[in-house]
Amino acid sequence: MSFYNDLITHAPAIIIAIPLLFAFATPLIGKINKYVRNAWAFTAVLLSGALAYVLAWEVFKNGGDPNVYVFGGADGTAFDVLSNVRISFYVDGMAAFMGIIMATVAFAAVIYSFSFVKKYTGQDKYYTLILLVLAASFGMVFTGDVFNLFVWFEVSSVAICGLIAFRSNRGESFEGAAKYLIYSTIAGLFLLFAIGLLYGQYGHLNIKYLSSAIGANGSMMVLDKIVLGILITVFSLKAGAVPMHMATPDGYSEAPAPVTAMMVTASQAGLYAVFRTCFTLYGGNIQNSLAQIDLVHAAGYLLVILGVLSMFVGVTLALVQKDIKRLMAYHAISQTGYMLLGVGVGLAVFASGDNTDFAEFGRTAMTGGIFHIFNHALYKGLLFLTAGAIIFKAGTRDLNKMGGLGRDMKMTALFFIIGALSIAGIPPTNGFASKFLIYESVFKFNPVLGAVAMLVSLLTLASFVKVFYAAFMGPKNPEMKTGEVPKSMLVGMAVLAGMIVVFSLLPSLVIGEIVSPAVTSLAGPGPEIGTSLTMFSGQGAWNPLVLLAVLGVTLVIGYVIRMLGQKGTVPKGEGKKPYLFGNPTEVNGMPFVVPASNVYWGFTRALKRYYKPMEKMHSGLINEYVFWFVATAGLVMLALTFL
Amino acid sequence: MKEMSPIVKTITKISFAAIFLFGLYIILHGHLTPGGGFQGGAIIGTLMALYLVAFGAVKWRKKVLSIIESTGLLVFIGTGLLGLTTGYFFFNFIGGTDNPIFGQQLNGGELIGDVAFPSNSAPLLSSGTISIMNMAVGLEVIAALTLIIVTMGLFAFAGSEEGE
Repeated sequence: MSFYNDLITHAPAIIIAIPLLFAFATPLIGKINKYVRNAWAFTAVLLSGALAYVLAWEVFKNGGDPNVYVFGGADGTAFDVLSNVRISFYVDGMAAFMGIIMATVAFAAVIYSFSFVKKYTGQDKYYTLILLVLAASFGMVFTGDVFNLFVWFEVSSVAICGLIAFRSNRGESFEGAAKYLIYSTIAGLFLLFAIGLLYGQYGHLNIKYLSSAIGANGSMMVLDKIVLGILITVFSLKAGAVPMHMATPDGYSEAPAPVTAMMVTASQAGLYAVFRTCFTLYGGNIQNSLAQIDLVHAAGYLLVILGVLSMFVGVTLALVQKDIKRLMAYHAISQTGYMLLGVGVGLAVFASGDNTDFAEFGRTAMTGGIFHIFNHALYKGLLFLTAGAIIFKAGTRDLNKMGGLGRDMKMTALFFIIGALSIAGIPPTNGFASKFLIYESVFKFNPVLGAVAMLVSLLTLASFVKVFYAAFMGPKNPEMKTGEVPKSMLVGMAVLAGMIVVFSLLPSLVIGEIVSPAVTSLAGPGPEIGTSLTMFSGQGAWNPLVLLAVLGVTLVIGYVIRMLGQKGTVPKGEGKKPYLFGNPTEVNGMPFVVPASNVYWGFTRALKRYYKPMEKMHSGLINEYVFWFVATAGLVMLALTFL
Repeated sequence: MKEMSPIVKTITKISFAAIFLFGLYIILHGHLTPGGGFQGGAIIGTLMALYLVAFGAVKWRKKVLSIIESTGLLVFIGTGLLGLTTGYFFFNFIGGTDNPIFGQQLNGGELIGDVAFPSNSAPLLSSGTISIMNMAVGLEVIAALTLIIVTMGLFAFAGSEEGE
């Protein structure tokens, strides 16, 4: 067992070292031939992913106790995190939880890439950058000091920028990449500035040390408040929260589909950093001072505001898109809002000094928000991959020009339905399980917020009905290539779809085993939600197996009634025709199709007053986008300083 | 296009060795004086830019540059991984071991926590793995910057170029 123990001790470093080593060697391996190179990239994600799972298993087994790794020491060196100047990794329940998300999505994305990027040149660089994104995502969630958070933030931004510009025959790719790069570099400089302030103030960079030093004398300085404001804004930008989301749709829609799936997890590393800042850096010794409780309480409300804005603006803008990947990109923003809302409510209650509220619903809200991170990575990754498959076959991203793809792409359509049901939060999917926790607890916090969360889910369903209708249903476009996508793409999608099915059937088990340690390592131990197969939110209970059983029995009864009714009759007339959303199939002898952009015509027209200024806001000019970021950062800082 | 004047060419030839030597100095003394692998590599990279401006787009071998770049990075991460044999990742396994290559003992310096910080008067070969890593980073930066400059030069001179 000694080898295994050594492996666990060194796992945090090796998980990062494997993708880095393999990434640097990929250009050399690529000189041999493409099969060896593909196998090489696959080995890298497999090894580091497996190790991330093993490490997470060990961390969860200890109830979220951190695995601290300190770089550069000799064997047997004793490390004291609080007085040490070394670079450290700090893998607790939350970090390990994020680690397995990164590992899962990267695994699916690399398998998917084998066929997807087959026809492009520069694949050596593609796999190098993919592995660098993976290493950077791991680094962002594992790091134990704020400076390395900045380093990995930059590595992630630069690598992703290179990948967005991968299809260099398109001008739009360069535009998207340039916007993403400028946006994230400016955010990175703000971050560096904030870290400089922290270092000047406390002389340390270690998060654990800073957490014990901030507010140690019972008061909060203006500097602390400004730093908190900058950190929240910068990391929310990385996560893609409104109003700092502007460059995100460009980047998401221009990157190749597997890269977009990995960008989702990279942005969730930003989300992780927001939570880490609020809970660990500023909430570490929160019981010490009233000033600190007030500050973190305000930060909780800020997260709630950002979350509600992201949810609503994201989904309403998604509804009117006609570019399939842009539509999904806006949904990614909208779903990020759920996590910010859930954890924001948790934070606001956590820092209110009232422990009964936190035990009653604050912890549930946090559990829902954090569970939603994993679910989001799964279904959003899957949806982006299916979008890539659709574009791969249809040759266009315009929903108005697609149609009838479901006839040939049955597996893709199935995966799309799984992902769409999950993102819309339809029972019995995993998306419902996490949203259920958020609805119930947020309703307890403020009924209006709970109602908004439900409304956003409805609109999400509406826009995915539109995508399904436009891409898979209707008459076939004769110009489109036929047939299913290549096997490796199907396998990539199946990995994520399979995980969704497992998570859907056993949400309570997943929460008990992996989400609870994550919540515990952020907010301390508390009542368990997932102890049996039924999930108890404090207000209600949810068991997908019961629902499935009821649905199954209902289906059987319905089928029996139908069989009895059909006996001895011959179908003819209207009853023989397929049901096409109630639309006429032919008008004046021409096939009749409602284009995707006209499906919700009435809705858009009714909200004209809302969409006009929104259109003006999304001007496509990076200068204005940077203004929105800087203005938000300023507002947040002012709010935290003077409220 | 027109060639550069003899003045530019001659001055480039004369200063070539001096700039190169300065870059090497910055890389090798990285652990003692301000500078290091990246800074020294950047100096040599600009030397390549100067060469390109003076003599035009000579036949650069991009494949070789790309291999050098990867080698530099692999040496860097490999040195870090070798630290695992006797300690933690990036452990300085040949520092302070009386090893004649890179392992000379520090004279002076101070201990902060459990990390020894050498004073500026330490001998050149006292850094252990740090010097090796500086050289690796230097190699990587030289190759990468040269590649970038050559690629930009090719775009400027020949319009566009096909990848791979």
